[in-house]
Amino acid sequence: MLELCAVTAGYDRARPVVRDVSLRVEAGEAVGLLGPSGCGKSTLARVAALLHRPDAGTVVLDGRPVSGYRHRATPAERTAYGVVFQQPRLSADPRLRLADLITEPLRATGRRTEAPTRLAELAPTVGLSSDLLSRRPHEVSDGQLQRACLARALVLRPRWLICDEMTAMLDASTTAALVAVVEDYRRESGAGLLAVGHDRVLLERWCDRTVGWGELGSSGAGG
Amino acid sequence: MTTPPAPPAAPVLSVRDLSVRFRMRGGRHVAAVTDVSFDLAPGQCLALVGESGCGKSVLASALLGLLPGNAQTAGTAHLDGTELLTASERELSRSVRGRRIGLVPQSPAAHLTPVRTVRAQLEETVRELTGTPKHALRAAAEQAAARAAFPADHLDRHPHELSGGLAQRAATALALVGDAPLLLADEPTTGLDRDLVDRTVDELRRHIDAPGGTGGVGTGGVGTPGDTGGVGRALLMITHDLAAAERIADRVAVMYAGRIVELAEAADFFGAPGPRHPYARGLLDALPDRAFTPIPGMPPELGDLPPGCAFAARCDRATDRCTSVVPALTDGAACHHPPGTPGEPVAAVREGAAGA
Ligand code: SF4
Repeated sequence: MLELCAVTAGYDRARPVVRDVSLRVEAGEAVGLLGPSGCGKSTLARVAALLHRPDAGTVVLDGRPVSGYRHRATPAERTAYGVVFQQPRLSADPRLRLADLITEPLRATGRRTEAPTRLAELAPTVGLSSDLLSRRPHEVSDGQLQRACLARALVLRPRWLICDEMTAMLDASTTAALVAVVEDYRRESGAGLLAVGHDRVLLERWCDRTVGWGELGSSGAGG
Repeated sequence: MTTPPAPPAAPVLSVRDLSVRFRMRGGRHVAAVTDVSFDLAPGQCLALVGESGCGKSVLASALLGLLPGNAQTAGTAHLDGTELLTASERELSRSVRGRRIGLVPQSPAAHLTPVRTVRAQLEETVRELTGTPKHALRAAAEQAAARAAFPADHLDRHPHELSGGLAQRAATALALVGDAPLLLADEPTTGLDRDLVDRTVDELRRHIDAPGGTGGVGTGGVGTPGDTGGVGRALLMITHDLAAAERIADRVAVMYAGRIVELAEAADFFGAPGPRHPYARGLLDALPDRAFTPIPGMPPELGDLPPGCAFAARCDRATDRCTSVVPALTDGAACHHPPGTPGEPVAAVREGAAGA
């Protein structure tokens, strides 16, 4: 279970964008978090993924409060997550070929030897040909790059997926394709999902339940 | 809408056989746009839909004369008597961009100058495009803001102090200043919330339904060639957001691998009988409120297009003819074997299997 308990977070302590928010995702559950842009839901997603330290509150992962955020999280905690962001170009190292981009988390965790096998499994799953795998980000479309970013998020077989506006830039078919990849992975692995977005129709179709930002804690007032 | 339909007005924009090729290193060519033809009449919105990389943004750049140096164009694009493809940069910058084509940009925050207030930017644009004298600029800028429903009490803010919706309105206000007969909106709703998408496209719709000229800024447009003479503007909206297209468009053009593969009335396309081209069908079926099933595979590279129909590798109706002969756009669809005789609506698959 992934629990956010009374989280307050932001970039300026005086003006947190997330105030006292609690949210729970059961193991294997898919929860959609719906809110307008700029409301703070992306900040909450980053806290949930241990990428941003909250000003107050805790994240409880499978019953234990996490030991820290960012580099303070333990390797086991960090690798429990796969995260996909809205803008693949901002989250992909432009120097890496897509193949290296996808397997980067394996190298970073000393599991380099698994790279060829995992790549061979994942590339067809996300629909990337060997030609595309040999290219760098500027040589592929946004949709192709996002496919690679999703593969990277799955490469360590995470128990939790955090998708922050994963498909906001993508056309309908690529959106449906990437959601299908996530759902196939979850069916096979039992991973839980927090999908953050602004498209109600999409989240309600995708997730087991969808909560509105305004229903959470005392937040919702953020700009 | 209050009077019976007049005979079709002369198009504002008339595009014929427009192609754009990029010369790449090693003598390669990328066929970004191929043989595109369409007309756009005053008061009409044509939504050009397709996925990123399908050529729709290149098409927009070609119309605006903003293609990079390695581009070669063929065909014609007439805007009110000006041939856009052969116009000089001087003519394009002095009398086309802003004056006869108003550009509503993709990311308004990036389009606005960060260090200047909205008021300063509006005043400058009003002065440049309408020749309004200095003493009247303030009022003219406020009037321009009001046309796009930008609140006057936010005029002295900088772009980063605006919400996404207000930044979009500020950008729209700037695009409307020149009273251009053609508005070109390039992905105006990307990244906006659904409510804001709806509001943005409704506002754009209002600007094309409103008779042009009446909202003129400042001293009355001082004879800009873009005076739309009471017929309303035309809007070319480039988008991958089908819901936004459905909300605003009169007609829909679907682009795939650089070509328009379907050109249809929006009501027919989104309602019954539905799209005629298999790709367009697949795209609608991928929507989360429809079947939510992706089209298998990915589009071909524009630098390495197959002979015949570019969709053949992904199409379950493909035949030998499809892989050898490029289908022409006839009857609204560029397909050798269009599905969808009326009565076989898209709705048949709506109840189909959920998100795979
Ligand atoms: S021409 Fe053939 S391959 Fe192309 S869309 Fe039509 S049926 Fe499919």
